[in-house]
Amino acid sequence: MAITGLLLIAFLLMHMVGNLKMFLGPESFNHYAEWLKGEILYPIFPKGSFIWLFRFVLLASIVAHMYSAWVLTIRDRAARGSNYVVTKRRAQTYSARTMRWGGVILAGFLVFHLLQFTTRTFLTGFTATDDPYTMFVKSFSGPMSFMVILYALWLVAVCMHVRHAVWSALTTLGLNTSERARGVLNSLAWIVAVLLFVGFIAAPLAVMFGWIK
Amino acid sequence: MIINLRVWRQPNAQTPGKMVAYRVEGVSEDMSFLEMLDLLNEDLTVRGEEPVAFDSDCREGICGMCGVVINGSAHGRASSHGDVPTTTCQLHMRSFADGATIDVEPWRAGSFPVIKDLVVDRSAFDRIISAGGFISINAGSAPEAHSVPVPKLQADRAFDAATCIGCGACVAACPNGSAMLFTSAKITHLAMLPQGQPERYLRVKNMVAQHDAEGFGGCTNIGECADVCPKQIPLDAISQLNRDLLKSLFKGEGKTA
Ligand code: HEM
Ligand code: SF4
Ligand code: FES
Repeated sequence: MAITGLLLIAFLLMHMVGNLKMFLGPESFNHYAEWLKGEILYPIFPKGSFIWLFRFVLLASIVAHMYSAWVLTIRDRAARGSNYVVTKRRAQTYSARTMRWGGVILAGFLVFHLLQFTTRTFLTGFTATDDPYTMFVKSFSGPMSFMVILYALWLVAVCMHVRHAVWSALTTLGLNTSERARGVLNSLAWIVAVLLFVGFIAAPLAVMFGWIK
Repeated sequence: MIINLRVWRQPNAQTPGKMVAYRVEGVSEDMSFLEMLDLLNEDLTVRGEEPVAFDSDCREGICGMCGVVINGSAHGRASSHGDVPTTTCQLHMRSFADGATIDVEPWRAGSFPVIKDLVVDRSAFDRIISAGGFISINAGSAPEAHSVPVPKLQADRAFDAATCIGCGACVAACPNGSAMLFTSAKITHLAMLPQGQPERYLRVKNMVAQHDAEGFGGCTNIGECADVCPKQIPLDAISQLNRDLLKSLFKGEGKTA
Protein backbone atom coordinates (compact mmCIF):
# COMPACT_ATOMS: atom_id res chain seq x y z
CA MET A 1 0.00 0.00 0.00
CA ALA A 2 2.74 2.40 1.00
CA ILE A 3 4.93 1.91 -2.06
CA THR A 4 2.16 2.01 -4.66
CA GLY A 5 0.53 4.92 -2.86
CA LEU A 6 3.73 6.95 -2.82
CA LEU A 7 4.23 6.23 -6.53
CA LEU A 8 0.73 7.60 -7.20
CA ILE A 9 1.44 10.69 -5.13
CA ALA A 10 4.69 11.22 -7.04
CA PHE A 11 2.65 11.01 -10.25
CA LEU A 12 0.17 13.56 -8.91
CA LEU A 13 2.97 16.01 -8.10
CA MET A 14 4.35 15.64 -11.60
CA HIS A 15 0.91 15.97 -13.14
CA MET A 16 0.29 19.10 -11.08
CA VAL A 17 3.48 20.76 -12.27
CA GLY A 18 2.50 19.86 -15.83
CA ASN A 19 -0.91 21.47 -15.44
CA LEU A 20 0.68 24.67 -14.14
CA LYS A 21 2.16 25.07 -17.62
CA MET A 22 -1.29 26.35 -18.55
CA PHE A 23 -0.05 29.66 -17.15
CA LEU A 24 2.80 29.71 -19.65
CA GLY A 25 0.47 29.76 -22.63
CA PRO A 26 -0.70 27.35 -25.33
CA GLU A 27 2.71 26.58 -26.87
CA SER A 28 4.20 25.54 -23.58
CA PHE A 29 1.28 23.35 -22.49
CA ASN A 30 0.71 21.76 -25.89
CA HIS A 31 4.38 21.09 -26.31
CA TYR A 32 4.41 19.45 -22.87
CA ALA A 33 1.38 17.26 -23.76
CA GLU A 34 2.98 16.27 -27.02
CA TRP A 35 6.28 15.49 -25.32
CA LEU A 36 4.42 13.25 -22.83
CA LYS A 37 2.81 11.27 -25.60
CA GLY A 38 5.77 11.18 -27.95
CA GLU A 39 9.19 12.20 -26.95
CA ILE A 40 9.95 11.29 -23.36
CA LEU A 41 13.26 9.46 -23.23
CA TYR A 42 13.41 9.49 -27.03
CA PRO A 43 15.79 8.39 -28.57
CA ILE A 44 16.41 5.70 -25.91
CA PHE A 45 12.82 4.59 -26.36
CA PRO A 46 11.10 4.81 -29.75
CA LYS A 47 8.73 7.75 -30.07
CA GLY A 48 5.47 7.25 -28.21
CA SER A 49 6.50 4.07 -26.46
CA PHE A 50 7.59 5.39 -23.10
CA ILE A 51 4.11 6.73 -22.33
CA TRP A 52 2.81 3.20 -22.50
CA LEU A 53 5.42 1.96 -20.05
CA PHE A 54 4.50 4.92 -17.85
CA ARG A 55 0.80 4.15 -18.11
CA PHE A 56 1.47 0.50 -17.39
CA VAL A 57 3.34 1.32 -14.17
CA LEU A 58 0.57 3.70 -13.11
CA LEU A 59 -2.15 1.19 -13.84
CA ALA A 60 -0.23 -1.57 -12.07
CA SER A 61 0.20 0.72 -9.06
CA ILE A 62 -3.49 1.53 -8.98
CA VAL A 63 -4.51 -2.12 -9.30
CA ALA A 64 -2.00 -3.26 -6.66
CA HIS A 65 -3.07 -0.40 -4.39
CA MET A 66 -6.74 -1.32 -4.68
CA TYR A 67 -6.07 -5.01 -4.27
CA SER A 68 -4.02 -4.45 -1.09
CA ALA A 69 -6.71 -2.14 0.24
CA TRP A 70 -9.35 -4.79 -0.38
CA VAL A 71 -7.37 -7.59 1.34
CA LEU A 72 -6.49 -5.32 4.27
CA THR A 73 -10.09 -4.21 4.72
CA ILE A 74 -11.41 -7.77 4.79
CA ARG A 75 -8.73 -8.77 7.29
CA ASP A 76 -9.32 -5.75 9.52
CA ARG A 77 -13.10 -6.17 9.53
CA ALA A 78 -12.67 -9.76 10.71
CA ALA A 79 -10.11 -8.73 13.33
CA ARG A 80 -12.43 -6.07 14.73
CA GLY A 81 -15.15 -8.64 15.32
CA SER A 82 -18.32 -7.27 16.89
CA ASN A 83 -18.93 -3.57 17.31
CA TYR A 84 -19.16 -1.63 20.53
CA VAL A 85 -22.52 -0.36 21.68
CA VAL A 86 -20.81 2.95 22.46
CA THR A 87 -17.54 4.13 20.90
CA LYS A 88 -15.69 7.32 21.49
CA ARG A 89 -13.35 8.40 18.70
CA ARG A 90 -10.36 10.14 20.17
CA ALA A 91 -7.23 10.20 18.07
CA GLN A 92 -8.46 9.35 14.59
CA THR A 93 -8.77 12.01 11.94
CA TYR A 94 -11.61 12.22 9.46
CA SER A 95 -9.15 11.42 6.66
CA ALA A 96 -7.89 8.30 8.40
CA ARG A 97 -11.42 7.06 8.90
CA THR A 98 -12.46 7.66 5.31
CA MET A 99 -9.49 6.13 3.50
CA ARG A 100 -11.51 3.16 2.26
CA TRP A 101 -14.65 4.81 0.90
CA GLY A 102 -12.64 7.89 0.00
CA GLY A 103 -10.39 5.72 -2.13
CA VAL A 104 -13.37 4.20 -3.91
CA ILE A 105 -14.73 7.67 -4.71
CA LEU A 106 -11.34 8.76 -6.08
CA ALA A 107 -11.16 5.73 -8.33
CA GLY A 108 -14.68 6.34 -9.62
CA PHE A 109 -13.92 9.91 -10.50
CA LEU A 110 -10.62 8.91 -12.08
CA VAL A 111 -12.56 6.84 -14.62
CA PHE A 112 -14.64 9.90 -15.53
CA HIS A 113 -11.48 12.01 -15.71
CA LEU A 114 -9.78 9.63 -18.14
CA LEU A 115 -12.90 9.31 -20.31
CA GLN A 116 -12.98 13.09 -20.42
CA PHE A 117 -9.37 14.06 -21.10
CA THR A 118 -7.50 10.97 -22.23
CA THR A 119 -9.95 9.07 -24.43
CA ARG A 120 -12.09 12.18 -25.06
CA THR A 121 -15.29 10.19 -24.84
CA PHE A 122 -17.12 12.81 -22.78
CA LEU A 123 -16.67 16.06 -24.64
CA THR A 124 -17.14 18.81 -22.07
CA GLY A 125 -17.47 21.74 -24.41
CA PHE A 126 -14.53 20.86 -26.67
CA THR A 127 -14.23 18.81 -29.83
CA ALA A 128 -12.20 15.65 -30.14
CA THR A 129 -9.65 17.31 -32.38
CA ASP A 130 -8.92 20.34 -30.17
CA ASP A 131 -5.38 20.67 -28.90
CA PRO A 132 -4.88 19.96 -25.17
CA TYR A 133 -4.73 23.65 -24.24
CA THR A 134 -8.03 24.45 -25.97
CA MET A 135 -9.57 21.35 -24.44
CA PHE A 136 -8.53 22.52 -20.98
CA VAL A 137 -9.83 26.06 -21.51
CA LYS A 138 -13.17 25.01 -23.00
CA SER A 139 -13.80 22.53 -20.19
CA PHE A 140 -13.33 24.97 -17.37
CA SER A 141 -14.45 28.31 -18.79
CA GLY A 142 -17.57 30.23 -17.91
CA PRO A 143 -18.56 31.92 -14.65
CA MET A 144 -19.24 29.47 -11.82
CA SER A 145 -18.19 26.64 -14.08
CA PHE A 146 -19.80 23.42 -12.89
CA MET A 147 -16.69 21.54 -13.98
CA VAL A 148 -14.46 23.65 -11.74
CA ILE A 149 -16.70 22.95 -8.75
CA LEU A 150 -16.73 19.25 -9.53
CA TYR A 151 -12.95 19.17 -9.79
CA ALA A 152 -12.59 21.19 -6.60
CA LEU A 153 -14.69 18.61 -4.75
CA TRP A 154 -12.71 15.77 -6.24
CA LEU A 155 -9.48 17.48 -5.22
CA VAL A 156 -10.72 17.89 -1.66
CA ALA A 157 -11.27 14.13 -1.60
CA VAL A 158 -7.85 13.51 -3.17
CA CYS A 159 -6.09 15.77 -0.72
CA MET A 160 -7.79 14.27 2.31
CA HIS A 161 -6.72 10.83 1.14
CA VAL A 162 -3.20 12.11 0.57
CA ARG A 163 -3.04 13.81 3.97
CA HIS A 164 -3.44 10.57 5.88
CA ALA A 165 -1.59 8.60 3.21
CA VAL A 166 1.70 10.52 3.40
CA TRP A 167 1.87 10.19 7.17
CA SER A 168 0.79 6.56 7.13
CA ALA A 169 3.06 5.42 4.30
CA LEU A 170 6.13 7.03 5.82
CA THR A 171 5.32 5.54 9.23
CA THR A 172 4.91 2.11 7.68
CA LEU A 173 8.30 2.54 6.04
CA GLY A 174 9.80 3.18 9.47
CA LEU A 175 10.35 6.94 9.41
CA ASN A 176 8.30 7.83 12.48
CA THR A 177 11.22 7.53 14.86
CA SER A 178 10.26 9.97 17.61
CA GLU A 179 7.66 12.43 18.82
CA ARG A 180 9.43 15.07 16.78
CA ALA A 181 9.55 12.91 13.65
CA ARG A 182 5.82 12.45 14.04
CA GLY A 183 5.32 16.20 13.95
CA VAL A 184 7.54 16.49 10.89
CA LEU A 185 5.73 13.70 9.02
CA ASN A 186 2.32 15.16 9.82
CA SER A 187 3.40 18.62 8.67
CA LEU A 188 4.85 17.13 5.51
CA ALA A 189 1.55 15.37 4.85
CA TRP A 190 -0.31 18.66 5.20
CA ILE A 191 2.15 20.47 2.96
CA VAL A 192 1.86 17.88 0.18
CA ALA A 193 -1.94 17.84 0.43
CA VAL A 194 -2.33 21.63 0.36
CA LEU A 195 0.27 21.98 -2.39
CA LEU A 196 -1.60 19.47 -4.54
CA PHE A 197 -4.89 21.22 -3.98
CA VAL A 198 -3.59 24.69 -4.77
CA GLY A 199 -1.42 23.51 -7.65
CA PHE A 200 -4.22 21.58 -9.35
CA ILE A 201 -7.05 24.04 -8.83
CA ALA A 202 -5.02 27.09 -9.88
CA ALA A 203 -5.28 26.60 -13.64
CA PRO A 204 -9.01 25.67 -13.76
CA LEU A 205 -9.79 28.68 -11.51
CA ALA A 206 -7.73 30.95 -13.73
CA VAL A 207 -9.71 29.69 -16.72
CA MET A 208 -12.98 30.25 -14.90
CA PHE A 209 -12.05 33.85 -14.06
CA GLY A 210 -10.94 34.41 -17.62
CA TRP A 211 -7.25 34.99 -16.80
CA ILE A 212 -6.33 32.12 -19.08
CA LYS A 213 -8.17 32.18 -22.38
CA MET B 1 -23.20 9.09 44.96
CA ILE B 2 -25.57 7.09 42.74
CA ILE B 3 -24.36 5.56 39.50
CA ASN B 4 -26.57 4.15 36.73
CA LEU B 5 -24.68 1.40 34.97
CA ARG B 6 -25.35 -0.34 31.70
CA VAL B 7 -23.17 -3.42 31.72
CA TRP B 8 -22.53 -6.00 29.01
CA ARG B 9 -23.76 -9.38 30.27
CA GLN B 10 -22.83 -12.48 28.32
CA PRO B 11 -22.85 -15.95 29.93
CA ASN B 12 -20.19 -17.39 27.59
CA ALA B 13 -18.57 -17.04 24.18
CA GLN B 14 -21.34 -18.97 22.42
CA THR B 15 -24.35 -17.10 23.78
CA PRO B 16 -25.01 -13.58 22.51
CA GLY B 17 -24.77 -10.85 25.13
CA LYS B 18 -26.66 -7.65 25.85
CA MET B 19 -26.46 -4.47 27.90
CA VAL B 20 -28.24 -4.70 31.28
CA ALA B 21 -29.03 -1.67 33.43
CA TYR B 22 -28.18 -1.53 37.15
CA ARG B 23 -28.42 1.20 39.73
CA VAL B 24 -25.53 1.33 42.21
CA GLU B 25 -26.12 3.33 45.40
CA GLY B 26 -23.73 4.39 48.11
CA VAL B 27 -20.77 4.87 45.77
CA SER B 28 -17.97 6.97 47.26
CA GLU B 29 -16.02 9.23 44.95
CA ASP B 30 -12.81 7.78 46.38
CA MET B 31 -13.68 4.32 45.09
CA SER B 32 -11.90 3.00 42.05
CA PHE B 33 -14.02 1.90 39.13
CA LEU B 34 -13.42 -1.73 40.10
CA GLU B 35 -14.46 -1.10 43.70
CA MET B 36 -17.68 0.35 42.38
CA LEU B 37 -18.18 -2.88 40.41
CA ASP B 38 -17.39 -4.82 43.62
CA LEU B 39 -20.16 -2.87 45.31
CA LEU B 40 -22.57 -3.80 42.53
CA ASN B 41 -21.53 -7.45 42.82
CA GLU B 42 -22.09 -7.54 46.59
CA ASP B 43 -25.55 -6.20 45.95
CA LEU B 44 -26.22 -8.72 43.17
CA THR B 45 -24.98 -11.58 45.36
CA VAL B 46 -27.29 -10.56 48.21
CA ARG B 47 -30.19 -10.43 45.76
CA GLY B 48 -29.27 -13.91 44.54
CA GLU B 49 -28.28 -12.74 41.05
CA GLU B 50 -25.16 -13.70 39.10
CA PRO B 51 -22.37 -11.16 39.82
CA VAL B 52 -20.71 -9.36 36.90
CA ALA B 53 -17.48 -11.14 35.91
CA PHE B 54 -14.47 -8.87 35.35
CA ASP B 55 -10.69 -9.30 35.53
CA SER B 56 -8.37 -7.61 38.00
CA ASP B 57 -5.28 -8.36 40.02
CA CYS B 58 -2.88 -5.71 41.33
CA ARG B 59 -5.40 -2.86 41.35
CA GLU B 60 -2.50 -0.44 41.26
CA GLY B 61 -2.07 -0.03 37.52
CA ILE B 62 0.91 -2.31 36.98
CA CYS B 63 -0.27 -5.81 36.11
CA GLY B 64 -2.45 -5.30 33.04
CA MET B 65 -5.19 -7.66 34.19
CA CYS B 66 -8.06 -5.18 34.37
CA GLY B 67 -9.53 -3.44 31.42
CA VAL B 68 -13.03 -2.63 30.20
CA VAL B 69 -14.41 -0.11 27.77
CA ILE B 70 -16.08 2.69 29.72
CA ASN B 71 -18.37 5.07 27.84
CA GLY B 72 -16.81 3.96 24.58
CA SER B 73 -13.19 4.48 25.57
CA ALA B 74 -10.76 1.75 26.62
CA HIS B 75 -9.98 1.95 30.37
CA GLY B 76 -12.29 4.97 30.39
CA ARG B 77 -9.62 7.50 29.54
CA ALA B 78 -12.19 9.81 27.99
CA SER B 79 -14.07 9.92 31.32
CA SER B 80 -11.01 10.35 33.52
CA HIS B 81 -10.66 13.53 35.48
CA GLY B 82 -8.22 15.71 33.53
CA ASP B 83 -8.17 13.27 30.60
CA VAL B 84 -5.16 11.32 31.87
CA PRO B 85 -4.08 7.91 30.56
CA THR B 86 -5.17 5.30 33.07
CA THR B 87 -5.93 1.67 33.77
CA THR B 88 -9.47 0.79 34.79
CA CYS B 89 -8.32 0.06 38.35
CA GLN B 90 -6.79 3.53 38.62
CA LEU B 91 -9.85 5.35 37.34
CA HIS B 92 -11.74 6.77 40.30
CA MET B 93 -15.40 7.52 40.72
CA ARG B 94 -14.65 11.20 41.36
CA SER B 95 -14.22 11.38 37.58
CA PHE B 96 -17.98 10.90 37.23
CA ALA B 97 -20.91 13.07 38.21
CA ASP B 98 -23.42 11.92 40.80
CA GLY B 99 -26.27 10.19 38.97
CA ALA B 100 -24.18 9.59 35.84
CA THR B 101 -25.07 6.83 33.42
CA ILE B 102 -22.01 4.75 32.49
CA ASP B 103 -21.76 2.14 29.74
CA VAL B 104 -19.37 -0.75 30.45
CA GLU B 105 -18.34 -3.20 27.74
CA PRO B 106 -15.62 -5.83 27.37
CA TRP B 107 -12.64 -5.43 25.00
CA ARG B 108 -14.03 -6.34 21.58
CA ALA B 109 -11.77 -7.97 19.03
CA GLY B 110 -12.01 -11.13 16.98
CA SER B 111 -8.87 -12.45 18.68
CA PHE B 112 -10.13 -11.62 22.20
CA PRO B 113 -13.20 -13.85 22.55
CA VAL B 114 -15.47 -13.06 25.50
CA ILE B 115 -15.20 -15.68 28.24
CA LYS B 116 -17.92 -14.19 30.39
CA ASP B 117 -19.43 -10.70 30.80
CA LEU B 118 -16.43 -8.34 30.84
CA VAL B 119 -13.73 -11.03 30.84
CA VAL B 120 -12.00 -11.76 27.54
CA ASP B 121 -9.39 -14.33 26.58
CA ARG B 122 -6.11 -12.52 25.92
CA SER B 123 -3.92 -15.60 25.57
CA ALA B 124 -3.19 -14.57 21.97
CA PHE B 125 -0.81 -12.00 23.54
CA ASP B 126 1.05 -14.78 25.37
CA ARG B 127 1.54 -16.66 22.12
CA ILE B 128 2.93 -13.52 20.43
CA ILE B 129 5.43 -13.16 23.28
CA SER B 130 6.37 -16.85 23.12
CA ALA B 131 7.06 -16.42 19.41
CA GLY B 132 10.03 -14.17 20.11
CA GLY B 133 9.51 -11.66 22.90
CA PHE B 134 12.46 -12.94 24.92
CA ILE B 135 16.25 -13.22 24.79
CA SER B 136 18.10 -16.52 24.97
CA ILE B 137 20.92 -16.45 27.51
CA ASN B 138 22.67 -19.22 29.31
CA ALA B 139 22.09 -19.25 33.04
CA GLY B 140 25.04 -18.44 35.28
CA SER B 141 26.27 -15.53 37.33
CA ALA B 142 25.20 -12.14 36.06
CA PRO B 143 27.95 -10.36 34.10
CA GLU B 144 29.43 -7.13 35.45
CA ALA B 145 26.96 -4.42 34.37
CA HIS B 146 29.69 -2.04 33.21
CA SER B 147 30.99 -4.56 30.71
CA VAL B 148 27.96 -3.91 28.46
CA PRO B 149 27.43 -0.17 28.17
CA VAL B 150 24.00 1.03 26.97
CA PRO B 151 23.67 4.62 25.71
CA LYS B 152 21.31 6.63 27.90
CA LEU B 153 18.81 7.50 25.17
CA GLN B 154 18.52 3.88 24.12
CA ALA B 155 18.18 2.72 27.69
CA ASP B 156 15.36 5.23 28.18
CA ARG B 157 13.59 4.13 25.03
CA ALA B 158 13.95 0.47 25.98
CA PHE B 159 12.58 1.19 29.42
CA ASP B 160 9.63 3.21 28.16
CA ALA B 161 8.69 0.41 25.76
CA ALA B 162 9.17 -2.21 28.48
CA THR B 163 6.49 -0.57 30.60
CA CYS B 164 3.78 -2.20 28.44
CA ILE B 165 1.64 -4.26 30.80
CA GLY B 166 -0.07 -6.29 28.10
CA CYS B 167 -3.54 -5.06 29.01
CA GLY B 168 -4.89 -5.11 25.45
CA ALA B 169 -6.43 -1.63 25.46
CA CYS B 170 -4.60 -0.91 22.21
CA VAL B 171 -6.41 -3.76 20.45
CA ALA B 172 -9.71 -2.79 22.06
CA ALA B 173 -9.42 0.77 20.77
CA CYS B 174 -8.08 -0.05 17.29
CA PRO B 175 -10.71 0.24 14.53
CA ASN B 176 -8.75 -2.51 12.74
CA GLY B 177 -8.39 -4.82 15.76
CA SER B 178 -4.63 -4.67 15.34
CA ALA B 179 -2.16 -5.53 18.12
CA MET B 180 0.72 -3.63 16.54
CA LEU B 181 1.27 -1.32 19.51
CA PHE B 182 1.60 -4.22 21.92
CA THR B 183 3.86 -6.22 19.58
CA SER B 184 6.00 -3.22 18.72
CA ALA B 185 6.47 -2.32 22.40
CA LYS B 186 8.25 -5.63 22.96
CA ILE B 187 10.19 -5.35 19.69
CA THR B 188 11.37 -1.83 20.59
CA HIS B 189 12.25 -2.79 24.14
CA LEU B 190 14.58 -5.61 23.05
CA ALA B 191 15.87 -3.88 19.90
CA MET B 192 17.31 -1.02 21.98
CA LEU B 193 19.41 -3.27 24.22
CA PRO B 194 22.65 -5.16 23.48
CA GLN B 195 21.14 -8.37 24.84
CA GLY B 196 18.38 -8.18 22.25
CA GLN B 197 20.66 -7.97 19.23
CA PRO B 198 21.49 -11.64 18.41
CA GLU B 199 17.86 -12.54 17.82
CA ARG B 200 16.65 -9.12 16.73
CA TYR B 201 15.64 -9.78 13.12
CA LEU B 202 14.40 -13.30 13.66
CA ARG B 203 12.32 -12.02 16.57
CA VAL B 204 10.53 -9.40 14.52
CA LYS B 205 9.65 -11.88 11.78
CA ASN B 206 8.35 -14.47 14.21
CA MET B 207 6.38 -12.09 16.39
CA VAL B 208 4.70 -10.40 13.43
CA ALA B 209 3.91 -13.80 11.90
CA GLN B 210 2.30 -14.87 15.17
CA HIS B 211 0.43 -11.57 15.44
CA ASP B 212 -1.06 -12.21 12.01
CA ALA B 213 -1.72 -15.89 12.70
CA GLU B 214 -3.75 -14.91 15.76
CA GLY B 215 -6.07 -12.96 13.46
CA PHE B 216 -5.20 -9.44 14.62
CA GLY B 217 -5.74 -6.79 11.96
CA GLY B 218 -3.24 -4.75 9.94
CA CYS B 219 -2.22 -1.33 11.24
CA THR B 220 -3.30 1.73 9.22
CA ASN B 221 -1.62 4.25 11.55
CA ILE B 222 -4.82 5.70 12.94
CA GLY B 223 -3.45 6.28 16.44
CA GLU B 224 -6.37 5.33 18.72
CA CYS B 225 -4.14 2.74 20.47
CA ALA B 226 -1.47 5.12 21.73
CA ASP B 227 -4.14 7.49 22.98
CA VAL B 228 -5.71 5.01 25.40
CA CYS B 229 -2.54 3.10 26.30
CA PRO B 230 -2.16 3.42 30.08
CA LYS B 231 1.61 3.30 29.70
CA GLN B 232 1.65 5.75 26.78
CA ILE B 233 3.65 3.49 24.49
CA PRO B 234 4.28 5.91 21.59
CA LEU B 235 3.36 5.31 17.95
CA ASP B 236 7.01 5.44 17.01
CA ALA B 237 7.33 1.94 18.49
CA ILE B 238 5.26 0.76 15.52
CA SER B 239 7.62 2.51 13.12
CA GLN B 240 10.54 0.81 14.90
CA LEU B 241 8.87 -2.55 14.32
CA ASN B 242 8.34 -1.75 10.63
CA ARG B 243 11.92 -0.58 10.28
CA ASP B 244 13.24 -3.81 11.81
CA LEU B 245 10.83 -5.90 9.76
CA LEU B 246 11.99 -4.25 6.53
CA LYS B 247 15.62 -4.81 7.50
CA SER B 248 14.89 -8.41 8.45
CA LEU B 249 13.81 -9.10 4.87
CA PHE B 250 17.42 -8.57 3.84
CA LYS B 251 18.80 -10.88 6.53
CA GLY B 252 19.46 -14.55 6.07
CA GLU B 253 17.52 -15.75 9.09
CA GLY B 254 14.34 -17.51 8.07
CA LYS B 255 11.28 -17.83 10.23
CA THR B 256 11.19 -20.67 12.71
CA ALA B 257 8.09 -22.83 13.25
C1 HEM C 1 -7.84 19.83 -11.37
C2 HEM C 1 -7.24 18.70 -11.39
C3 HEM C 1 -6.84 17.96 -12.64
C4 HEM C 1 -6.84 18.36 -13.94
C5 HEM C 1 -7.26 19.70 -14.52
C6 HEM C 1 -6.35 17.26 -14.71
C7 HEM C 1 -6.21 17.30 -16.08
C8 HEM C 1 -5.76 16.23 -16.82
C9 HEM C 1 -5.59 16.25 -18.24
C10 HEM C 1 -5.88 17.46 -19.12
C11 HEM C 1 -5.13 15.03 -18.61
C12 HEM C 1 -4.80 14.57 -20.02
C13 HEM C 1 -3.43 15.00 -20.39
C14 HEM C 1 -3.19 14.76 -21.86
O1 HEM C 1 -4.10 14.29 -22.55
O2 HEM C 1 -2.08 15.05 -22.30
C15 HEM C 1 -5.03 14.21 -17.42
C16 HEM C 1 -4.61 12.89 -17.39
C17 HEM C 1 -4.62 12.10 -16.24
N1 HEM C 1 -4.93 12.51 -14.96
FE1 HEM C 1 -5.50 14.33 -14.42
N2 HEM C 1 -6.07 16.22 -13.88
C18 HEM C 1 -6.36 16.61 -12.62
C19 HEM C 1 -6.23 15.87 -11.45
C20 HEM C 1 -5.92 14.53 -11.42
C21 HEM C 1 -5.88 13.72 -10.24
C22 HEM C 1 -6.18 14.24 -8.86
C23 HEM C 1 -5.54 12.45 -10.61
C24 HEM C 1 -5.34 11.20 -9.78
C25 HEM C 1 -6.13 10.79 -8.83
C26 HEM C 1 -5.37 12.47 -12.02
C27 HEM C 1 -5.03 11.39 -12.78
C28 HEM C 1 -4.82 11.41 -14.12
C29 HEM C 1 -4.41 10.27 -14.90
C30 HEM C 1 -4.17 8.85 -14.34
C31 HEM C 1 -4.28 10.71 -16.23
C32 HEM C 1 -3.89 9.88 -17.43
C33 HEM C 1 -2.45 9.85 -17.71
C34 HEM C 1 -2.26 9.17 -19.04
O3 HEM C 1 -3.00 9.48 -19.98
O4 HEM C 1 -1.36 8.34 -19.12
N3 HEM C 1 -5.60 13.75 -12.49
N4 HEM C 1 -5.41 14.96 -16.33
S1 SF4 D 1 0.77 -1.18 24.41
FE1 SF4 D 1 -0.32 -0.07 26.07
S2 SF4 D 1 -2.49 -0.53 25.65
FE2 SF4 D 1 -1.31 -2.05 24.51
S3 SF4 D 1 -1.11 -3.81 25.84
FE3 SF4 D 1 0.71 -2.54 26.23
S4 SF4 D 1 0.13 -1.21 27.96
FE4 SF4 D 1 -1.80 -2.08 27.16
S1 FES E 1 -5.67 -4.60 38.10
FE1 FES E 1 -3.53 -4.57 37.63
S2 FES E 1 -3.45 -2.97 36.16
FE2 FES E 1 -5.51 -2.83 36.82
